[in-house]
Amino acid sequence: MSEPPRARIATASLAGCFGCHMAILDMDERLIELTKLVEIDRSPLTDIKSFTRRADIGIIEGGCCNEENVHVLRDFRRNCDVLIALGQCAIMGGLPAMRNAIMHSDEPLRECLEEAFISGRNIRNTTHNIPNDPALPLLLDEVYACSEVVEIDYQIPGCAPSGDIIFDTLSRLLTGRFRGFGRDMIKFD
Amino acid sequence: MVADAPNGNDITRTGFDPGAEWFAALHEEPNGIDSLTLQTHTSETAAVAEICGGFDNDPHRMLDILRQVQERYCWISPQAMRVIADLTGLTPIAVEGVASFYSFLSLSLRGRVTIRLCDDIIDRFSGLGAITEAFETGLGIKVGGTSANGAFSLEFTPCIGLCDQAPAAMVGDVVLTALTPQKASRIAEALKAGQSPEDLVSQRFGDLSPHERAERMVENNIRHAGAVLLGPVAADAGLRNGLDLSPPQIIDTVEASGLRGCGGAGFTTGRKWRMAATEQAERRFVICNADEGEPGTFKDRVLLTERPHLLIEGMTIAARAVGASQGIVYLRGEYVYLRDHIEAVLADRRARGLLGKAILGADGFDFDIRLQMGAGAYICGEEGALISSCEGLPGEPKTRPPYPVTRGYLGFPTVVNNAETFCHAARILDRGARWFSAMGCQGSHGTKLFSVSGDCLNPGIYELPYGQTVQELLEMAGAEDAAAVLVGGPSGTMIGRDTFHRRLCFDDLATGGAVVVFSHRRNILEIVEYYMSFFVHESCGYCTPCRVGNVFLQKAIGKFRDGKANPGDIDYLRDLSSTIIETSRCGLGMTSPNPILSTLENFPLVYSAMVKPTRDRIRDTFDIQSAIDGARKLARRRSHIFDRDFTE
Repeated sequence: MSEPPRARIATASLAGCFGCHMAILDMDERLIELTKLVEIDRSPLTDIKSFTRRADIGIIEGGCCNEENVHVLRDFRRNCDVLIALGQCAIMGGLPAMRNAIMHSDEPLRECLEEAFISGRNIRNTTHNIPNDPALPLLLDEVYACSEVVEIDYQIPGCAPSGDIIFDTLSRLLTGRFRGFGRDMIKFD
Repeated sequence: MVADAPNGNDITRTGFDPGAEWFAALHEEPNGIDSLTLQTHTSETAAVAEICGGFDNDPHRMLDILRQVQERYCWISPQAMRVIADLTGLTPIAVEGVASFYSFLSLSLRGRVTIRLCDDIIDRFSGLGAITEAFETGLGIKVGGTSANGAFSLEFTPCIGLCDQAPAAMVGDVVLTALTPQKASRIAEALKAGQSPEDLVSQRFGDLSPHERAERMVENNIRHAGAVLLGPVAADAGLRNGLDLSPPQIIDTVEASGLRGCGGAGFTTGRKWRMAATEQAERRFVICNADEGEPGTFKDRVLLTERPHLLIEGMTIAARAVGASQGIVYLRGEYVYLRDHIEAVLADRRARGLLGKAILGADGFDFDIRLQMGAGAYICGEEGALISSCEGLPGEPKTRPPYPVTRGYLGFPTVVNNAETFCHAARILDRGARWFSAMGCQGSHGTKLFSVSGDCLNPGIYELPYGQTVQELLEMAGAEDAAAVLVGGPSGTMIGRDTFHRRLCFDDLATGGAVVVFSHRRNILEIVEYYMSFFVHESCGYCTPCRVGNVFLQKAIGKFRDGKANPGDIDYLRDLSSTIIETSRCGLGMTSPNPILSTLENFPLVYSAMVKPTRDRIRDTFDIQSAIDGARKLARRRSHIFDRDFTE
């Protein structure tokens, strides 16, 4: 008898720190169990850069801070049946969204970049320029949560989420038994 | 050496003994340039000390002290705060806490005359925009600014209780109503030519009696007088009857009449008095809440103008019932034009033996009243906040229980009633409980003052028995094309045409008196957004659900208005609203989501029409072009993802 078809999973890291992808590895030996159920398509883990075919589950780390993030996120929405926002940056914008707090300025983006590259304390930038290579994607006016750009089906909270909650959620989703998080899973103190 | 920048709030870093610095400054030999600074400071110090002395350096009179300092110096300087702190025995930061709380007090130098334009939604719909422009051009300053010569400041203020004659403005301590752009330009010219605000009302302002002055400035607009308050009223008949009764009998009478509080919550007045009377205490207080800040409410304004004696009579009766010897009338800062009028009434009653020692010759019946001016804070209409404000604290609500009837002003049992409630009580003592309870309907006895404003022919005051329908009131007010009516102000209920048959009483549409009419020409979401911004502005900031939640609600309504709302945002509005209602500390947060909740219920199409569905589950409400526009200009290049005509 042939093996049952495995679910296809794709992942991407947008404006995040890759911590959530590290958290995926925190599933440890359960990864072996999981790989019996899934195969990984487009993902930094496989280094596949674009969808080869439609995926069952897309996992997004990080919010949207630049145009490329938006492009990738929309691509995931078009190509995945279920889309999961993994971790606080994907859900709320997280740490990168601190720049949204620059208000009461006519040009908040310029102010942010100048502080980050020129005028900020502890900056050593001998060129005194803000990086502007044509290959760099344009920044958005502010950092957006994924749910502001596309519809998100599930959100797994945490910074970073534990390997337990990721494994628990994925294995339940794959077997159709996901009914929300247990209290112990989302208690952080 | 004293050396504070004009806007310096170095008060916070001077530690616990700033007074020492001030004394050191006094005793140091002045020399050179510093002597001038020092002289200014010394004279200010002396003047502020004199103001404090006028209130016996009592920290509980902080609001009065700060109001007088503000009046004299057009701001509360760090220097003044240090002096006040030193004399009242408080820390400077406590003084700053009060000074920074109230919007009529300023920590930066304002003009000698402050022009406050009423920025209520009714004023906006009556042409506030053009009037603002006229003032800005005429005075040469923008809203929020102060003229270079220090003569004028121009600012917006929420509802000043003149919705029936909008647009209106406060100029210094006087109010001007029914403004037009032409009138506004003339006023600006006159002020610039050196006329005092009082001259704008009448050239012989000083010769007029306080009552005449109030009548010159503001129309009463009494459209329908009922049997209880605005009809003929026998002077002090209730008080004389009350003297023949024992305190418990007075309370029995008021309870039997079925009188309920007229401020909106509708607590049974007799019960409130009984609770205060039976509490063991050395002293008790009676406070009249004349801080009607609910936008669209102006009934107390009319009562204070036309029935002040009845109001004080009611308070005196309450004092006898509960055994209080001191009372406070808390008058909202916006009604400062009525201050002299009320003071004159109090003085007159003292002279006639109706206030003071042994009232009407009754031995041991001592009661006197002081007038406490507010300073522009809506929250002070909440009784706990009002008491805090009377105590010289920032107007923050108190934790309940204990309720004011057990522990109120200065920790003593306190009866806080609305101005209208006291007037009713006096009439009940005059005409009897049965006469009163025969009017109105089951559960809501007597009459009620309704202040009607907005899109109608006859805005003004209507005294009607409880139980009339909204439709009946609208017909009287000539509001034929009413499409939406806000009953009870923004913290009340917004109803649509299909429910105009609802009744104005506690069991159906409870209201503190505000009835604001909107015609079909008005945008419901604009109105809702305005009221949310009002609550954002007026939240005292003590608890997070109210301080932050209302900002989120306002933002969400903004999304609807911009057509950027997702289908899920309607649920978001409901969820967030119920969180705010459940977790807020006082009545403000418990009612602030009402403009949204009642319009969601009664005008659902207004919201659903503005929702943008998603396509392919990608949100249309996120506009990539406007999101990258700033970066495109900064980087001086186009997007190779989203600019379709992009070429290398």
